[in-house]
Amino acid sequence: MHLRMSLSVKHLLGIRDLTRQDIELVFQTADQFKEVLQRPIKKVPTLRDTTIVNVFFENSTRTRLSFELAEKRLGADVMNFSASGSSVSKGETLIDTVNNILSMKVDMVVMRHSATGAPHFLAKHINVPIVNAGDGINEHPTQALLDAFSIREKLGSVEGKKIAICGDIMHSRVALSNIYCLKKLGAEVTVVGPPTLIPKHIGNALGVNVSYDIRETLQWADVANVLRIQLERQNMPLFSTLREYSLAYGVNRKLLDSLGKEIVIMHPGPINRGVELSSDVADSGQSIILDQVENGVATRMAVLYLLARKEN
Amino acid sequence: MKSILTDRQLAITIERLSHQLVENHLDFRDTVLIGLQPRGIYLSDRIHRHLQALVPSANIPYGKLDITFYRDDFKSGKTLHVPNETDIEFSIDDKKVILVDDVLYTGRTIRSAMDAMLDFGRPAKVELCVLIDRRFSRELPIQPDYTGRTIDAIITERVKVLWNERDGKDEVVLTA
Repeated sequence: MHLRMSLSVKHLLGIRDLTRQDIELVFQTADQFKEVLQRPIKKVPTLRDTTIVNVFFENSTRTRLSFELAEKRLGADVMNFSASGSSVSKGETLIDTVNNILSMKVDMVVMRHSATGAPHFLAKHINVPIVNAGDGINEHPTQALLDAFSIREKLGSVEGKKIAICGDIMHSRVALSNIYCLKKLGAEVTVVGPPTLIPKHIGNALGVNVSYDIRETLQWADVANVLRIQLERQNMPLFSTLREYSLAYGVNRKLLDSLGKEIVIMHPGPINRGVELSSDVADSGQSIILDQVENGVATRMAVLYLLARKEN
Repeated sequence: MKSILTDRQLAITIERLSHQLVENHLDFRDTVLIGLQPRGIYLSDRIHRHLQALVPSANIPYGKLDITFYRDDFKSGKTLHVPNETDIEFSIDDKKVILVDDVLYTGRTIRSAMDAMLDFGRPAKVELCVLIDRRFSRELPIQPDYTGRTIDAIITERVKVLWNERDGKDEVVLTA
């Protein structure tokens, strides 16, 4: 059926702002972009008169490459901006930096920033669509969309599925966006990890189950989304050593074999092999990690396509 | 609301179009059929069925093409179009392609369709088969090779093709 509808939002700042219908629309559109990516010519001219700037104030490999590829596959003109080596080091403010870029007649901004709320602040001051590519420890909406899209592709739907999100929930924007997205789509979510890495009232606040027992949670789950242990937080006294974390919460072959059933393994990347996930699991048939990366391009194409016509 | 084709007339028209295609393509060697999403595929489904019955030895490759990402009104159009499935599982290189759509109006959809199609290869020849040709409404130099019915309608009128599979009945109507 040829539906005529659009997103209920002008920007993609977080999954929190989206309706279930918005998410379904992204998926429906991403399905068709996925087909485009299988063609001999993997490019459509849809955004040929659109210029998109990727503004990254924080390091990124996967997300930035994925956005850039999505933009180019849509025929858009692409500019890349990294804070390192830019005038930001001379003291220029965020709003000045972006306004200067917009003076070059840019139609959309994709932004990653280490400060929570940076894209929300920007959305109040500029009149082009903004896509949040990760802000501090708040949200990473396109990662959640591609994760849920990958679950839907693998299991047929997200509704009613049991999803475990494992590891550092406290500092993970991927976890928060995933919880919003999966709950809106009718999944049941359990967060599991060390008590020091799970916020105290998350269960009541977000409607998720909380567990500190990885084996019990995986026994319950259809899907395990294993998060990266953030090595940069190693000096914080939240867990003793990587080795101990790996022993208590690492997902490995022995643990999975003991479940007596096969569950789907996901990881947003980059993986710390041998810490939160062992190589023989990451590279096994149970893992859809590389499908997630492929789906990231199609999902981001869908988001850009659906937002490109939005004007404030 | 005025009826242009009844269900009986529609069936006869589709049969005639199929015979015309057989007349020009005979054994359908090197010919492929492509229906345009979203509403052209109801016509192409039926034509494909007819052709397979008329020429049982021919195994005519049949695909569906969505033109949403190739539209020229992405920024200026009133609505955002949600894409439909494209399904072309064969090469169109050096093939004779028959594009099928329900209504030919401004020609812009067909222009987009040709752009979209060329991303799948370089056909030897492209023909256009439509159920309804709204004469004198063209905005581009595009004309059909096979026409079910030619009509003259003013710009405020809309031609709607109703299909049993989707709308519960077969009919072509003109609405003000």
